[in-house]
Amino acid sequence: MTTFRLPPSVPGARIVGLGSSQPEHVVTNDDLARRVETDDQWIRDRVGIVERRVAQDESLVDMAVEAGSRALKDSGLTTADIDTVIVATCTMTAPIPNAAAQTAERIGISAPAAFDLNAACAGFCYGLAAAADLIRAGSARNVLVIGAEKLSDWVDWDDRSTCIIFADAAGAAVVTGARDEDEIGVGPVSWGSAGDMATVIRILEESTNKLHQEGQTVFRWATTRIAPVALDAIAKAGLTPADIDVLVPHQANLRIVEAVAKKLRKEGAREDMRVADDIVHSGNTSSASIPMALDHMRAAGRIRSGEIALLVGFGAGLSYAGQVVRVP
Amino acid sequence: MADTAEILSGLAEIVEEVAGIDTAEVTAEKSFVDDLDIDSLSMVEIAVQAEDKFGVKIPDDQLAELKTVGDAVSYIEKNQ
Repeated sequence: MTTFRLPPSVPGARIVGLGSSQPEHVVTNDDLARRVETDDQWIRDRVGIVERRVAQDESLVDMAVEAGSRALKDSGLTTADIDTVIVATCTMTAPIPNAAAQTAERIGISAPAAFDLNAACAGFCYGLAAAADLIRAGSARNVLVIGAEKLSDWVDWDDRSTCIIFADAAGAAVVTGARDEDEIGVGPVSWGSAGDMATVIRILEESTNKLHQEGQTVFRWATTRIAPVALDAIAKAGLTPADIDVLVPHQANLRIVEAVAKKLRKEGAREDMRVADDIVHSGNTSSASIPMALDHMRAAGRIRSGEIALLVGFGAGLSYAGQVVRVP
Repeated sequence: MADTAEILSGLAEIVEEVAGIDTAEVTAEKSFVDDLDIDSLSMVEIAVQAEDKFGVKIPDDQLAELKTVGDAVSYIEKNQ
């Protein structure tokens, strides 16, 4: 009988570095109001966005490279340490080649396992779950997970229901092994999909090749279905809502973020739990929003290393994923 | 089963919680959009809470038809 040898496993994984990148160009609500029938107050009331960044010269890979390099620097690891690169994205203009291999090459990471992952706005949490389990199983030692999106390539700039929401950015995390149980910093993932609702966020291939979203339907789904995913992620990690120091939901719409926070507080989350509101100045950047919000909040001193953050991504697919993490 | 008056007062409490509008303002002839200044996303939140409270289903396409508070009360009354 021939038996296969497997690599030794490790107790778990942890995040050791964060980074993000945004294009230079700022688009205000007033800028949009000159193009479509809308106004600043209407946008603030509906989605909570004041301004967003839209790429002019920067490519999706440019942003991924910058965010990834910053996360690597923050981690204290070197390019030689990284053996796997995952880019969560749903906005590459062409599916071939993927973003991950070229991003790795430009950062200076030599011949890593590199792949793209499309779970839309849940992509970073999916990528983080994959990274943590690759490490735990011994398939990878150090993984760079990047959420990178250039939604501006897919937005219909004449559709006032979507062009006010979406923006461009990349966010990244470096994930490594935990040496013992106390060091574990990525909790078990709670994830799933709702393919019966596949059409509510989609590219209209038959006509414009632009992004279409059924806003009310998505809002109803997100405000009712996502808090239970978040609560499940907390329970799976053996924690309670009161243990959560900071809530970082995908920055889809400030009203969805607030609705999720309200539900968690009804289930015991603390009043002083900080809630990410990065959407206000960054817009909805799909898979980039969660790592970028973490990076921005830590840089602003709103969260500290060692605190417990609850991440939950949700979006097209529909797909969703959440986990608790320890802030690096 | 709630009667018309109970549905109206229950709905008014939901509207107050979601949109911060005093329950006394929420009367049958009022239009959600034009009189109470409630937007489409708040309407979804109101519908979700009304579903829980009255045991009805209010799909998004039906929701769009409920122009006034009275429309919503009679929809709930018929479908509970």
